[in-house]
Amino acid sequence: MVEADAATRAAQLCDAAVAGDRLSLARLLTAVENRTAVAEAALRRLYPTAGRAHLVGITGPPGSGKSTLVAALIADARRAGRTVAVIAVDPSSPITGGALLGDRVRMQAYAADDAVFIRSMASRGHAGGLAPTTTTAAVVMDAAGFDLILIETVGTGQSEVEVAAAADTTVVVEAPEMGDEVQAIKAGLLEVADLVVVNKGDKPGAQRTAAQLRAMLVATAPRDDDAPRSPSRPRPKRPEILVTIAATGEGVPELLAALDRHRASGRVGESSAARLARAEAQVWAILGDRLRERLHQPTRAAATASLLADVAEHRMDPYAAADRLLKAIAEG
Amino acid sequence: MTDRRIKVLIAKPGLDGHDRGAKVLARGLRDEGFEVVYTGLRQTPEMIATAALQEDVDVVGLSILSGAHMTLVPRVTKLLAERGMGDVLVTVGGIIPDDDVSALREAGVAEIFGPGTTIAQVADYLRANARPRH
Repeated sequence: MVEADAATRAAQLCDAAVAGDRLSLARLLTAVENRTAVAEAALRRLYPTAGRAHLVGITGPPGSGKSTLVAALIADARRAGRTVAVIAVDPSSPITGGALLGDRVRMQAYAADDAVFIRSMASRGHAGGLAPTTTTAAVVMDAAGFDLILIETVGTGQSEVEVAAAADTTVVVEAPEMGDEVQAIKAGLLEVADLVVVNKGDKPGAQRTAAQLRAMLVATAPRDDDAPRSPSRPRPKRPEILVTIAATGEGVPELLAALDRHRASGRVGESSAARLARAEAQVWAILGDRLRERLHQPTRAAATASLLADVAEHRMDPYAAADRLLKAIAEG
Repeated sequence: MTDRRIKVLIAKPGLDGHDRGAKVLARGLRDEGFEVVYTGLRQTPEMIATAALQEDVDVVGLSILSGAHMTLVPRVTKLLAERGMGDVLVTVGGIIPDDDVSALREAGVAEIFGPGTTIAQVADYLRANARPRH
């Protein structure tokens, strides 16, 4: 029985990974990425014990220094005696499906340190800045006992905000002189930041960029003592703005302290909102997979295919097709 | 809903500073549909084995032009075997004298790609010989 084998294999890998075996952890992450039966059994086993790690998302435009900042954060977190796991996402080619995963280049100093575990992930067609299985991979690392999990997104533009739901604390990394004050008040990436880091702080304009961001993001957001809003009108965040030089580590201890403050602060409401959003995204994704599996079962595959063909040929509209498929599933 | 791709680590062990070839290969394999982890210059065998393990790669491709292959390559294969990654396909690219080929094969190297090898040849070889993991 294939499923029983998967459960046995998952149990072996999970027990070993939780006990500290890094090869088993690596194999579990591969199962997660490849969405195998082992991954599902493993996640079911590990999920109840996860939720202890601090999940930190690191996002920002290409070349702003995310990987270098991650490397610097690893160094400081290790000095503080914490264990660190990293998920570094780089884009998959939309044409060939291949990927060049190059974030490790900046993180190779920790090869001999068993308390640091770095994993690259290709985005595999997913558009939000993460891979489709990044959240699940973080659960596995969390259950394996890492204190701090850094999730580095692909280089992002203005609207890849998915990491905010995947992480407890979201750091947006900017380089100096990347835009004027109008860029800072546009909706999107900067809105989901709990912390904004202006990296390359030794470059001209870094302090001015930080001052502009402070003026626009902090001054225009509501104060913490504003009357609470209704859930239908969520309160914009008031991110703290820091300047770092990741290449030398300058400003990084302050960033680590700010991460801890954010986690420990009274913003538990926001953080639990992030956790709820994460739970919702996970369940919806699985629900979507499950629906697709059901509709492609041998008994149904032909009917599904002919319905899709009807939509392709404009004989049926996509809403009607979706309703028809839902009805078919509901009726068993 | 499974989704499998062959994952390749391209690493440059040792001290030579020429990684144009390794980068061209990494990019070429990307275009052939592989997921390629590139770790940069001056990698110790320890770094390569750790990266191979954490990334759970199917293939380790070592690019060496320094002439130090007889020292570095067997150290990488030994570390991989010690860490339970003995089944990873190890290939070497670079300038390897004919006299060293059999010793490298004995050390666990599956294939050696000399100057003039095309990316398509490497890709075909990897597709035929690497076992994507479950």
